[in-house]
Amino acid sequence: MLEIGGLHKSFGGVHALAGVDLRVDEGEIVSVIGPNGAGKTSFFNVVTGLYLPDGGDIMFEGRSIVGLEPSAITEAGIARTFQNVRLFLNMTVLENVMVAQHCRTRAGAFRAVLRTPFLRTEEAEIEARAKEILSFFGTRLVGYRFDQPALSLSYANRRRLEIARAMATRPKLLLLDEPVAGMNPRETAELTGLIRKLRDERGFTVVVIEHDMRVVRDVSDRVIVLDHGVKIAEGSYDDVSSNEAVVEAYLGRPAEAG
Amino acid sequence: MTGFDLRRSLRWGLIAGAVMVFTCAVGLFEAFEDRLLVYPFLSLGHVLLLWFLPLAGYQATNEPVLEGMEAPSKGLRNVAAGLVAGLAGGILMGVFTAVVDAFDVRDVFVRLSVRLVDLLTHGWGVPGGLVVIVAVPALLGMAGGMLHLVSASVRRRLILALEWALVVALLEQVFSQVLRQIRLGAVGDLIFTRRALEWWAALAVAALVAFLSERTRGGIGRIRGYLFAADAVRRTRNSIWSALAVLAFLIVLPQLLGSLLSELLANVGLFLLMGLGLNIVVGLAGMLDLGYVAFFAVGAYTVGVLTSPISPRFDLEWSWWAALPVAILLSVVAGVLVGTPVIRMRGDYLAIVTLGFGEIVRILFLSDWLAPTFGGAQGVRNVPGIPVGVAEIRGSQPVGVLYFAFGLVLVAAWVSWALQESRLGRAWTAIREDETVAAAMGINVVRAKLNAFIVGAILAGLGGALFAAKVGSIFPSSFELLVSIIVLVVVIVGGMGNIPGVAVGAVLLIGVLGGPTQPGLLAEFAEFKLLIYGALLVFMMLRKPEGLLPSVRRSRELRGEELSQDAWLDGPGGSDEVGARPVEG
Repeated sequence: MLEIGGLHKSFGGVHALAGVDLRVDEGEIVSVIGPNGAGKTSFFNVVTGLYLPDGGDIMFEGRSIVGLEPSAITEAGIARTFQNVRLFLNMTVLENVMVAQHCRTRAGAFRAVLRTPFLRTEEAEIEARAKEILSFFGTRLVGYRFDQPALSLSYANRRRLEIARAMATRPKLLLLDEPVAGMNPRETAELTGLIRKLRDERGFTVVVIEHDMRVVRDVSDRVIVLDHGVKIAEGSYDDVSSNEAVVEAYLGRPAEAG
Repeated sequence: MTGFDLRRSLRWGLIAGAVMVFTCAVGLFEAFEDRLLVYPFLSLGHVLLLWFLPLAGYQATNEPVLEGMEAPSKGLRNVAAGLVAGLAGGILMGVFTAVVDAFDVRDVFVRLSVRLVDLLTHGWGVPGGLVVIVAVPALLGMAGGMLHLVSASVRRRLILALEWALVVALLEQVFSQVLRQIRLGAVGDLIFTRRALEWWAALAVAALVAFLSERTRGGIGRIRGYLFAADAVRRTRNSIWSALAVLAFLIVLPQLLGSLLSELLANVGLFLLMGLGLNIVVGLAGMLDLGYVAFFAVGAYTVGVLTSPISPRFDLEWSWWAALPVAILLSVVAGVLVGTPVIRMRGDYLAIVTLGFGEIVRILFLSDWLAPTFGGAQGVRNVPGIPVGVAEIRGSQPVGVLYFAFGLVLVAAWVSWALQESRLGRAWTAIREDETVAAAMGINVVRAKLNAFIVGAILAGLGGALFAAKVGSIFPSSFELLVSIIVLVVVIVGGMGNIPGVAVGAVLLIGVLGGPTQPGLLAEFAEFKLLIYGALLVFMMLRKPEGLLPSVRRSRELRGEELSQDAWLDGPGGSDEVGARPVEG
């Protein structure tokens, strides 16, 4: 589904991505791990078009998406969440999810002004779909929450809403950037289950950046390890966790003498 | 606890003194010294000079009451603090007067004349008159301090009564006009003498307001409850009823007002039309457009050139209705032309570039190159009115213009509302909140912004078309940068992103103060209009950046959680109590 070859991106002298090759198959849950500054988030930013790569190619469903506008990439079927949760804080919970359906809906200014039947049905559909998506998270984001501004939400709920917003763009591939960061163990366990459900029930292919190794172990079909912008290992969680290069990247090389 | 904060008193006193000095230096006092408000003793000049003193006297001991701490006891200390504040202001003013009297500074400060000193000292000359200059402020400061001694409800009523007496006196023109129109002109003649309210009538108004204020307090809450009913079905029904009520009021209103006031309101309608358009661009999509006047000019010139019998190049003499679609089309073209290159810029850059485009358009219309079509500095004259049935709407019949402008405003309000509550409106809000994320969520940012630009341009073009028919002749000088800025101020003061807010802003600024070239209700302030605009803008930015009637989202944005955190600080004696409250409440 996603095939990346020789991806390069540097900022000044820093090589955030120095020739990354990887592929993600349909229906997989792939984790991308690596120490801080390994290039994980840059990888997401390049794939979703927020940064232009310096080199390499990104093929999504057999089509190159390099150089497309971020909105066009989302329309092609890739949606993401952000590491430092970036909701539309002054919009309500429901509006956050409604606005993300923009590229899947049609009605323009003329229909809005004339309030045509087409627009009314579409608006009703947008709202119904938004409510349906929010119900994915149980009762946490429904009912009275619909009309509350996103800034009134707790941290964990903000993360959930961000996932809901990404789901609303109707993607095929969902990129989650540290979805459980800052959550307590119980919330983490709950979200781990939801990530699996995203694939099993909703049919999304999922790529997760995550630091919490328990989550990585529980959800991933495959783990990819980045360090200094290079892929240093790939495989099942067990393979990767015993890989020497990975241990070294995280813990450092043992000192020669002592 | 009997002492008071001397530094605080002095600070407030000196601020009041500075206000007085400023009022004199810009000439406000001298200009309005003979415009009586309350016959026979209180002039507008004196009100402008002295209004800040009671406020300063009050503020001198207006400490926030902290929860769990004993409130400072009320008593002599409040009065003393007010007196000190007043004295400080008075002494500053006295020193100022003495300096003006001793040195001739008229070369630099043209308003600081001999006559000013005479007026300030009541003709008693410098040493003698200084007593008055110090004593009156001191007494007023003390009066402000004494406000602490009465209960909050009495204080509120006193202030409200005072405000209303002054407002009625200031708006003498409206009141006597309306009274005449409903055949009660005799009452007007009775209570107004030489444009001023008789002192006993002022007392009566104050008493009436003080009496009624307690009753209406509950009323406002009830209206709010009615309009914002929790139940969605009832809310819709109630808002339809209130919209009909407003409509009925608008239909009756021109009959109550004479042609002069209708003219003022027609200007309000014109600026409201543009304000609603700019509100879409700035308030909803978050693009600071300072060249908005360009589209207004395109609309006006298109209609002018196509309809005028003495149009410089063409000899078409179309009807206004035939020219309108062309005007709108050309506004769209102008919107696309200006929008496409600037839309990728953000914030300040966009403001600067649009400002440039606005000026370019005006200079093009002024240029010799286009003079064969647009008449250069001579402009386009003899633009006919708008034919409606057998009648014709034109500037000489302001009531007709008023109805027509209202009609266009209703259309614009509908368009704004419908867009706001649509997929496009949500996209605009998202872009304003976080452009990068909006793009990542599949919104084509450039296209959505361009849409906002075009809708704004259409409404401005419509305003221009109305303007051309209303005024009858158009010159490049009608399309100065100032127009863009004033429309922007209307939107900001009223409440960005909120349709009723823009309406309030337009009524308050254009109706009361006047537009860039249009006179307002307070036509006497014409000379100081821009000063007041500026002062109002600064005040709003500092105290109420979300506007007088903000949209829910906007106030959330600007205040956020801060509001809920500070709520407990706003006791009944909160500092807004005495602050300049807008007339519209």
